[in-house]
Amino acid sequence: MSVLSFTTPTPTPVWYLLLAAVLFSIGAVGVLVRRNPLVMFMSIELMLNAVNLSFVALSRVHGDIGGQTSVFFVLVVAAAEVVVGLGIIVSIFRKRPGATADDIALMKG
Amino acid sequence: MLDLVWLIPALPLAGFLILFFFGRRLGEPRAGWLATVMCAGAFVVSVGVFFDMLSQDAEERIHNVTTLFSWVPVSTLQVDLAFLADPLSITMCLFVTGIGSLIHLYAIGYMHGDPKFSKFFLYLNLFAFSVLMLVLGENMLVTFLGWEGVGTCSYFLISFWHHKESAATAGKKAFVTNRVGDWGFMMAMFFAFHATGSLSYLDVNGAAGGLAKSTATAIALFAFVGACGKSAQLPLFIWLPDAMEGPTPVSALIHAATMVTAGVFFMTRLNPVINASDGAVGWVIAIVGATTALFAATVAVAQNDIKKVLAYSTVSQLGYMFLAVGSGAYIAAIFHMVTHAFFKALMFLGSGSVIHGMHDEQDMRRMGALRKLMPITAGTFIIGWLAIAGVPPFSGFWSKDEILLFAYDKSPILWFVGLLTALLTAYYMTRQVIMVFFGKARWNEPVTGHGHDEEAGDDAHAVAAATDSHHGEITPHESPWIMLTPLVVLAGLALVGGIIGLPKTSLWPDSIAQRLEHWLEPVVKAGEHHLTEGAEDIKWFLAGGAVLAAAVGIIAAVGVYHRHRAKAIEPQLLADGWKYDSTVSAFMGGPGRKLFEGLAWTDRTIVDGAVNGVATGVRSIGSVARRTQTGFVRNYALGISLGVVGLLAWFLLKGMGVL
Repeated sequence: MSVLSFTTPTPTPVWYLLLAAVLFSIGAVGVLVRRNPLVMFMSIELMLNAVNLSFVALSRVHGDIGGQTSVFFVLVVAAAEVVVGLGIIVSIFRKRPGATADDIALMKG
Repeated sequence: MLDLVWLIPALPLAGFLILFFFGRRLGEPRAGWLATVMCAGAFVVSVGVFFDMLSQDAEERIHNVTTLFSWVPVSTLQVDLAFLADPLSITMCLFVTGIGSLIHLYAIGYMHGDPKFSKFFLYLNLFAFSVLMLVLGENMLVTFLGWEGVGTCSYFLISFWHHKESAATAGKKAFVTNRVGDWGFMMAMFFAFHATGSLSYLDVNGAAGGLAKSTATAIALFAFVGACGKSAQLPLFIWLPDAMEGPTPVSALIHAATMVTAGVFFMTRLNPVINASDGAVGWVIAIVGATTALFAATVAVAQNDIKKVLAYSTVSQLGYMFLAVGSGAYIAAIFHMVTHAFFKALMFLGSGSVIHGMHDEQDMRRMGALRKLMPITAGTFIIGWLAIAGVPPFSGFWSKDEILLFAYDKSPILWFVGLLTALLTAYYMTRQVIMVFFGKARWNEPVTGHGHDEEAGDDAHAVAAATDSHHGEITPHESPWIMLTPLVVLAGLALVGGIIGLPKTSLWPDSIAQRLEHWLEPVVKAGEHHLTEGAEDIKWFLAGGAVLAAAVGIIAAVGVYHRHRAKAIEPQLLADGWKYDSTVSAFMGGPGRKLFEGLAWTDRTIVDGAVNGVATGVRSIGSVARRTQTGFVRNYALGISLGVVGLLAWFLLKGMGVL
């Protein structure tokens, strides 16, 4: 047929793992370089979901349901964490609007 | 009754607690009666236990242990609060509670009108409790509890009239000196526990035979140091003469009859250990005892304070007991302890009666001819005098004779020192009796004395001078019946007390002889020395010598103080107690103080310096380390990521077999 016609490549698990790695790195860099607490929070969620993705991918590779089960645990814990984390962030913003993570340095030795 | 042995210390403890909470409300004289009843109750229980034990076999008697509860359960250190009722402890209980009750009774009269009346009986009951814990303790720790308890009560009671400077000082002196002895007691405990893994007397004494000789020697010597402190032996006797600052019933109960004999009791308790130790230990004990006996007797010759004479006499008689212990004559030591408790308590109470009748006058140079005004006090005191002087058939003769016999068996030199002491004892006691009860009345004369002025003495001596207040015309009077009753009872005991330890002779049936020996035999059978054949034969000769010494002493004193045939020999050196006290003070105040200040400096700079140095070091490390806590979340996150990377790298390398 035509040269332009693409053969649809079959996605292999490696793709998913690569995607997960990229997502995780974006999240990690986000946590390290951003100062807005909300964005940092989003970055953490990104990292968690990157791990979830690799869990599912590997579960598929090994044909083991355990990986998918773990994802549910992670989702549940992450949901709980969101509740607590957002609560903290909201209370910080109420007290000091526009605060960055660097402003909250009470633990400085 | 044997299982009720815990009641013996519990009753005085109950008395103490009641007086502690309600003493002030009870007031005089009910507080005194309560304390007396509690002590008498303990005596009744002791008698009951005694009769129970009589029905036991001799071997069975030494194993009556009553455990109340586990006191210190720490891995291998298992100490129970337990009582050991054996012939030795019950003998002690009987005379401690018996004489204690009499002295409690006496004190109701003596302390009449004292603003701290109920507090006095509070302390007396606490003392009775402590001393009973001491003698009944089944292990060294319970004994130590009592040991410290009696020391504390002694301190409280010596400085009972603490508004008097001298009384407060004397209390402190007694406490500090006793601490030196307590160190020895504790060391003995540590050694015993290290060697046998137990503090129980049954275990320690049971294991004594298998102990290394050096270990047994260490235990025995340290125990002896403790005994020296509590029983006022050289070189730690200095607190006892000063302890006379306390009220006279206290002097009689604590500083003559009961507490000061604790050392002798403790040595007797540990007799298997002493037996297992090096032979030199017995010599050390005997020599210290004999030296103390002679030393204190010479000092007593030149004292003018009525209680000081008795105090030095007590030190001297305690020396006798240690001479007996060192000679392996534990039974004779306990025998003398009991008879001494009778006659010395009697004489202290008698002197209290005199002081009471003379309106707080203690200087014998201001007494004289009191026998006419205080006939009962004088009569009972004279019985005490004959007993301590060793005149047969009074109790002191029998016990002293027994000790001299064993001392002779150990070494004739020890016997000679003992005999000389007996002579001096007869001499100074006769001197005291004559100065107080005979001669002409000197109540209202200024002190002229026998050649020297008390005021010139050193500090320890000025105690008598301090009480030498001149209170115008005084008329001595006999004491009330409540004080005389104990005197009469004790005089009876001092008279016949010897029957518990009569020697075996053809004059009376064997069945009444050596009662105490048969009774105590199971306790001391490991350590008791058996007389060599020859000693039995010269028994009569030795008894004759003792009587002769007593007679010479009495006749000499009568010649000097009553007939005035010769001038009294009372050198100032003796009145000052061979300057021992002032030498100790001078040393402690001078070079001793320097030494201790040096030690304090070492403690401040080196010991405290090490502790403070550690703290400073930790703080400076911390001030550097805290910089890592920046407070920036991203820094922490970076730390976590680096850690994760590091961990991953480690796992990877491990997996690849690089590491």
